[in-house]
Amino acid sequence: MANRLMISTGNEEFLERISEMSGQIITLCEQCGVCSGSCPMVSEMDITPSQMMRMVQLGQSEVLRAKTIWLCASCFTCTVRCPRGLDLSKVAEALRQVILRQAVDHIDIKALPRDELVELPQIALVAGMRKFTG
Amino acid sequence: MRIGVYVCHCGGNISDTVDVQAVASFAENQPDVVLVRDYSHMCSEVGQKMIWDGITDHKLDRVVIAACSPQFHENTFMATVEKAGLSPYVLEIANIREQCAWPHFDLPEAATEKAKDLVGMSIAKARLDEALAKRTMPIGKRVLVVGGGIAGIQASLDLADAGFKVYLVEKEPTIGGKMAKLSRTFPTEDCAACILSPKMADVPANPNIELLTFTEIEEITGYLGNYEVTVVKKPRYVDTEKCTACGKCTEVCPVVVPNEYEEGLTSRKAIYLPSPIAVPHSFILDDQACLGLFPMACERCSEVCEPNAINYDDTPERVKFTVDTIIVATGFDIFDARGKKVYGIEHSRNVITALDMERLIVHASEGKPLRPIGKRIAFIQCVGSRDEQVGNEHCSRICCMYATKLSQLLKRSDPSRDVYVFYTDLRAYGKGFEEYYKRAQRTGVKFIRGRVAEVNSSSSDGKVTLKVEDTLTRQIIEADFDLVVLSVGLLPGEGTKQIARILKLAESPDGFLQEAHPKFRPVDTLADGVFICGCAQGPKDIPDTVAQASAASSRAIRLMNKGEYDIAPVIAFVHDDLCNGCGECIGHCPFGALVLTQTASVNEAVCRGCGSCISSCPTDALDLHCYTNEQLLAVVRASMDSKQEGEIRILVFADDQTTYRLADNVGTGKLSYSSQTRIIRVPSGARVTPKLMLQAFELGADGIFIGESEEKSSPYPHSVATIKKNVAAVRDALSKRNIEPERIRYAEFVTVMLGAFVNQLNGLCDFARSCGPISADQRRGLAHDQVELKQ
Repeated sequence: MANRLMISTGNEEFLERISEMSGQIITLCEQCGVCSGSCPMVSEMDITPSQMMRMVQLGQSEVLRAKTIWLCASCFTCTVRCPRGLDLSKVAEALRQVILRQAVDHIDIKALPRDELVELPQIALVAGMRKFTG
Repeated sequence: MRIGVYVCHCGGNISDTVDVQAVASFAENQPDVVLVRDYSHMCSEVGQKMIWDGITDHKLDRVVIAACSPQFHENTFMATVEKAGLSPYVLEIANIREQCAWPHFDLPEAATEKAKDLVGMSIAKARLDEALAKRTMPIGKRVLVVGGGIAGIQASLDLADAGFKVYLVEKEPTIGGKMAKLSRTFPTEDCAACILSPKMADVPANPNIELLTFTEIEEITGYLGNYEVTVVKKPRYVDTEKCTACGKCTEVCPVVVPNEYEEGLTSRKAIYLPSPIAVPHSFILDDQACLGLFPMACERCSEVCEPNAINYDDTPERVKFTVDTIIVATGFDIFDARGKKVYGIEHSRNVITALDMERLIVHASEGKPLRPIGKRIAFIQCVGSRDEQVGNEHCSRICCMYATKLSQLLKRSDPSRDVYVFYTDLRAYGKGFEEYYKRAQRTGVKFIRGRVAEVNSSSSDGKVTLKVEDTLTRQIIEADFDLVVLSVGLLPGEGTKQIARILKLAESPDGFLQEAHPKFRPVDTLADGVFICGCAQGPKDIPDTVAQASAASSRAIRLMNKGEYDIAPVIAFVHDDLCNGCGECIGHCPFGALVLTQTASVNEAVCRGCGSCISSCPTDALDLHCYTNEQLLAVVRASMDSKQEGEIRILVFADDQTTYRLADNVGTGKLSYSSQTRIIRVPSGARVTPKLMLQAFELGADGIFIGESEEKSSPYPHSVATIKKNVAAVRDALSKRNIEPERIRYAEFVTVMLGAFVNQLNGLCDFARSCGPISADQRRGLAHDQVELKQ
């Protein structure tokens, strides 16, 4: 059986929260897909940027589990092409912030062996800190 | 005297801001008011019946209606009052919607106070209303139609067939417009040129139509019934009467340039026939491309021209004529696809516009293909439409269906082709459109939902690669095509912008011309006697364009057919007991309506009712019906009713033609301005005499603003000079009493200058507030001060 899509007023909260954090009127997205077609990272993504927008519109917080929001490089190609003038990179950032604000440590820096710390590129370490620690 | 007052809620438009009950109670306490009613919609049948009942049952002899602007329902209410047995001129309308509830939506209390004042002012005026009879003005049967596309052609033929004289002006060398370039029309697939060319041929054949092609409008002045038009006929260098279109000139012409009619896909010579179905069917010499006319460099065409039709000394010719009404049918331009850089039309010859494709299909179907079309073809929708990145938010309405048409024509002519249409939303809203869309799907055209992100072309094999998400499966498509067709949107044409400037027509936010009312006056403009139709008003297909063109001509006929139209009996008159026969006024009427015998008298057929003569009378003997000295003084007095100690009051005298309507537009736009203003409608700012201004200051005004139609578009072109003179005189008088002369200001407007109006009013309010209210001492006796009118 096909999945059932639940739409109820409770879903509005997630949409409102992301809209407020990103400063974007997410309901304006008309799902034309120009963002997805433009995205240089789309081949690596599990859901397309337009799908990310749709899920937020419908209040589906499962979008937080998508790889897509972490793969957005904020290159702004979608932003300069969106016919409704939406800034998707801000929406992706808002979704990342929802997770980051939960302040869950996914890596323990102190537990990393010294040898690995020497080898690890600094940029990877900084990115890892930002993404996986609270 | 028995006055009835009716207050309208306008279904919340008024009552959400203004306390209607408070306004009604206020009215009940006014002298001579015997009946007060309020109702949700006074303009409805029930509302009108209330007025009728009031007049018959309560024996009302004056009616005041507080509702929307008189420009909307004044005529309706006048007819009701007239039917109930009263003169239509014992009706006064207090504009508490456009000039109160809407601009002051954020200040309900101030709006209610202002509404009371406006009702009080109307009651004061109604008390002095005269029971006048209706007046009419003669009008002729001449119409200017601007633009010779299908809209202009249809309007011209309708008017000419009904017996009206039409001047059809087209800037291109031939009529026919964009439709003449199309292959077939959706959804019936008629050959566009085949159905259009007989209509084009009907134009010069009709004795009532004067066709002026290759002609531009230079200037239009005047007003309904008397628009003076100046056009410039550009030189064709070929006499259309003599030219037999034999084509020998083209054969010998050595100059080759791109052919505009074919969207540059083919070439033409410097002397050429504008299109195979050109009307007038005559050649024309392109003086920009010709090797040289001054001095002659070539002359080969003239050598072979047997009827001797070529005249190298042709010059631009200025032609003037007068018309009664005007129809604007200036059409559209297609979006310049170079503005959408990601689609790269400049980088590949395999990226073309839909209009190019129309021409390719025409030539291919005639068995003379201009270029190979290929096997894999993609249409990209919404190019230049619905796209904030290029500044166009509007939907161009026709692209979905023309792509549906072109795609299935291509598929049917060669079923082995792969034809794709990439769309965002497919809008098949018209009659037969959905069925036509279905037919395309059955034919095998593939519709993919996704806005194309980018187009890349390969310089080696000419293939074009397009990248897009199929938003229904959420998969990214990257595919090669032989040809990519951009479904370009519609924008207001250069000609539309020009005529908007010349006629001072309002434009909607998308740049197309603004209709007077979006529902009930879809082809009218706010300029009396000027109508719009076709794509000048907004993107639309051919049937809608033709329907609008017929509607516009019918609206024009409605004004002209009787040979006269109703006008208000606003004319000057003389108080014989006050006139001493000095003759001072005679020279002040530019229309020559004033005559001197023993005393002065007014020629009613000539008087236009501007009232600018009145200030010239040293004995106050001149006056104006519907706006008498006594009435205006009573209105001014009533406008001060709610004025509190320390508050300032600004009176705005707004001319009926422009400023009053402009104030309405400002209200409709919910732009706020100071609620301490009271707007008083006058036929012209020149009606406001120095004496009235001084009386207003004496009674409590702290500032006076006079708004007038811009000189060029005013029905009273002399009025500005009168206003300047009057204002200068009053400023002198104020200065003598140490009152700031800048408390009186005036400005010329056109009906679209919303921002300027708000700024001017607020500027005066701020100034008056910073100076403070004028003291009682300074005001006392002001009205009796001498004013000196300087020539």
